[in-house]
Amino acid sequence: MDPDWPDRIYETLKVHAITQVALVPDAGHARLIRRCIADPAMRVVTLTTEEEGVAMLLGSWLGGAKGVLLMQSSGVGNCINMLSLPVLHRAPLPMLVTMRGDFGEFNPAQVPMGNATQPALEAMGTLVRRADTPEEVAPVVDAVLRLAFNTFRPTAALLGQRLIGAKTFGKD
Amino acid sequence: MATLDRRDVVRELLRDRGELLVVAGLGASAWDITAAGDVAQNFPLWGGMGGAAMLGLGLVLAQPARRVLVITGDGEMLMGLGALCTIAVQKPANLAVVVLDNEHYSETGGQETATRHGVDLAAIARGAGIADARQVTEAAGVAALRQDIHASAAPLFAVVKVAAGNHPLVLPPREGAYLTARFREAVLGPAAHHQL
Repeated sequence: MDPDWPDRIYETLKVHAITQVALVPDAGHARLIRRCIADPAMRVVTLTTEEEGVAMLLGSWLGGAKGVLLMQSSGVGNCINMLSLPVLHRAPLPMLVTMRGDFGEFNPAQVPMGNATQPALEAMGTLVRRADTPEEVAPVVDAVLRLAFNTFRPTAALLGQRLIGAKTFGKD
Repeated sequence: MATLDRRDVVRELLRDRGELLVVAGLGASAWDITAAGDVAQNFPLWGGMGGAAMLGLGLVLAQPARRVLVITGDGEMLMGLGALCTIAVQKPANLAVVVLDNEHYSETGGQETATRHGVDLAAIARGAGIADARQVTEAAGVAALRQDIHASAAPLFAVVKVAAGNHPLVLPPREGAYLTARFREAVLGPAAHHQL
């Protein structure tokens, strides 16, 4: 088990020359977000809602920059119609999604969108790959970035709750 | 009652535009920029309602040396108000967002928007932290706005009050892949098609 999998994501983003990181924070991404903020070659943009990032990263691509969108699975629901943009415009949009409502969830409010995350993304034309162990993270993130930038489409890596650990609200 | 004509406003804003890159929100704004001249430096949207200003932000962050103008409608801006907060925090010096505010959803039958009932988009932008957030109601203000779009040192937000009512449709190309490739080549040159 590699507990440093968020660092593996950061290193993969660097290999792919990612310079724009749009996000709505999630605890599962906290360590990766800290690494990105500490990197002067990355522009980190905190959004008010995830769909802003879908539109923003189309603009980034139009200007020749490569970006990634970080969010929690609930944020996927906020993106649905905006995902028409990268489909229509044949634009790369890699998304790294930390899962809730997936495996050992405590909060019932997280389950409906967590359960719908993959089907909702796929219904909007996004290619989805999953990582449920630390060893899968780097190859899955790398694959999702390659699929996005080599084939011009929205792609998503779902980082499962078995990987990030379920939030227990003190009820361990 | 607003008297400015939206086509006149856009034609003036885009006069002698030089290297200015222009993004238009879906609907009448996209028809307006196309009526002023369908050029490769235009990116008219056919969908993604609420996303025009954020698309502009991504573009200016990628191209800090280029001026970018987002032209959109009041209905489109109302759907993505959070973008004003996000843009204000990022403080891009080379981004201007102009809302052509006719106080109606003109593409869907002319239903009233919230601005018809007193919602002040310039005040919202100012509250978000965009210091230069103005409302324009006459031609002299449009001419000054055009100059500032090319010269501002901070994000610029303007609401231009325009008359309601539809103009003849002047449609841009609607193949999204074409619009993307055309625009990227205009910004990045032929290398755009080989970016890895």
